[in-house]
Amino acid sequence: METISGIFDNKGTPLEKQKFTWKEMAGKPISKLDDDAFTRVRIILMNGVETDSLRLKHGIARFNKELRLPLAEIRRTEQHQATMINWLIGADHSPLETTVAYEQVAIEVTAAVAQSEPDPYQAQTYRFGLLEDFDHLYRYSAMLDRLEGKDANNILQGYTDIVPGRKSSEHHRHPENDIRDNYEKNTAALITKIHAALITGAEYQTHDYYQNIGPLFADPLARQLYAEIASVEEQHVTQYGSLSDPSESHIEKWLVHEAMEVYMYASCAEQETNPRIKAIWERFLDYELGHLNVACDWFKRIEGRDPAEILAGPLPKMVEFKSQRDFVRQVLAAEVDLRSAGTAYVGKDKEPKSSLDYRNHLASEGLASDIVSAGYQWAPGGELFRKVS
Amino acid sequence: MATAAKLGTNFTGVQMSPKDTQRLMEAVEHTHPDVAGDDRMLMVERSKHNEEAERIGSVPIPGSVKGMLKSTFDMIKGKSPEVLIDKLGERLAFERSGVRLYDAMIAKVKAMNIVGSDLVKELQHIRDEEFEHMVMVEDAIKTLGADPTAQTPCADVAAVKSIGVMQVLTDPRTNVAQGLNALLTIELEDNAAWELLIELAEAGGHPDLAEGFGKAKAQEDDHLIKIKTMVRRDLINDIK
Ligand SMILES: [Fe+2]
Ligand SMILES: [Fe+2]
Ligand SMILES: [Fe+2]
Ligand SMILES: [Fe+2]
Ligand SMILES: [Fe+2]
Repeated sequence: METISGIFDNKGTPLEKQKFTWKEMAGKPISKLDDDAFTRVRIILMNGVETDSLRLKHGIARFNKELRLPLAEIRRTEQHQATMINWLIGADHSPLETTVAYEQVAIEVTAAVAQSEPDPYQAQTYRFGLLEDFDHLYRYSAMLDRLEGKDANNILQGYTDIVPGRKSSEHHRHPENDIRDNYEKNTAALITKIHAALITGAEYQTHDYYQNIGPLFADPLARQLYAEIASVEEQHVTQYGSLSDPSESHIEKWLVHEAMEVYMYASCAEQETNPRIKAIWERFLDYELGHLNVACDWFKRIEGRDPAEILAGPLPKMVEFKSQRDFVRQVLAAEVDLRSAGTAYVGKDKEPKSSLDYRNHLASEGLASDIVSAGYQWAPGGELFRKVS
Repeated sequence: MATAAKLGTNFTGVQMSPKDTQRLMEAVEHTHPDVAGDDRMLMVERSKHNEEAERIGSVPIPGSVKGMLKSTFDMIKGKSPEVLIDKLGERLAFERSGVRLYDAMIAKVKAMNIVGSDLVKELQHIRDEEFEHMVMVEDAIKTLGADPTAQTPCADVAAVKSIGVMQVLTDPRTNVAQGLNALLTIELEDNAAWELLIELAEAGGHPDLAEGFGKAKAQEDDHLIKIKTMVRRDLINDIK
């Protein structure tokens, strides 16, 4: 196992040197046409990470007066990091095209995480969620084609399959079947904690994005489709959010989050193909090391513990940003019929009545995810070309 | 600065990833749609929603008593004066946006610094006429006793329609030809809209308004020819 444990020894950029200008934050976007799809995947993912770092630090500040100022100081950087990253998305992306990109992030990154996650239950949870986002991609691709007359593969660039997964109409579960077991903080590997923080943050931003853009659509079916899928993303936040140990202290969670940010920027910098964007990942890697050091100081001061308790030990190689087509197909073939009962994964026939009743009522006046994707088969250039040939 | 079309590493098409595309096609042939039917289901459902929907909004009741009287007076002459008010509101909004759109285009052209070109002057001329039209429509609405500051339903919808044009013109990455093409959309509509407005004013029993609008229509004819010529000139220069 290749490790990056040495990475945390670096002091990074001190907080007072983490400076931005408005113009660089609202800088030049990437090219939707000429940049590699994985550059956009990294951008969307890291915006999710940064917005979650704000969320977590606000949460901690609600419970801790002493930490309010140091957290506010770091949050200011995180806010500007998030801006600089999110503003890289160009305005020629329609909201629905960006949505397709969001699902590509969920599929490819969760698939990478599922394969390197050492805890079998946590890995199973990633595979379970993955098949749902995979299906969302198919429904949204149909919507994009049938609403805007566009080909989702222009966004996906051939890396991700556009076919049904676990049917979106069957994702809606009773909350009691969305809670998962958590890792145990004293025995779990650091990478397990990092994965949980990462995927929870990513799903949170997906939820918030759909929730915000859904009402921008005029088409009633698009509006309803976003309502249906945003609700699933809320379930995903519930599911992934319950993977982490609730007995970790606030500061411990903060430490894990900063370590996750370090690890993710290192992963992005290592694999980025656009030199301008690579420079951003490298710069922010140094910023995050600065944050991590502040968090470590407070951890020592308030908890009297050694950060090495949490940060020591091997980390696997960087998160791999590449097409996970083969893995996704295997999971699809083997696990598409899995359902959840409480915290357990069961066969389709064992799905609890609570979830069935819950979803039957919601769907009793029609399901947009079914209607918009009826008979949809992707073809190069969109389904209309299939009908031509 | 964005100039004419160039060859590059555009990754969007299937020819850029033949192996991946082949594998994607395999997946499509292997995993079939799980919902029976086709894209007509979406159309059926949309129709249902059209039946159930309420209107986007209303034409405001004229604010002044004088206006009320006039409106009543016009009611006797024309069946529904609010139809004309609505379309006048649209024209006002459209011409006002038009001024802003030309401003955006002028900024784009100025960045090009084309020596010896009077493109900026020509655009500025059209821009100023759009401004005159805006004021003309404002007066017309006042004459009818209606409120020129109200956003009428047609004004609202026309603005939704122009969002794309605004995005194209204000995007620093679009070039002059792309901007002109966006303005062509605007001018084609502008032209037909004035033609219609004149007919509506006449049908509504307002020959004086119709006559004044004739001047705007003549200027719009000129805009259309000018923009068409600019688009042509720019692209043919590049292609030769
Ligand atoms: Fe950050
Ligand atoms: Fe999703
Ligand atoms: Fe999700
Ligand atoms: Fe951070
Ligand atoms: Fe005009």
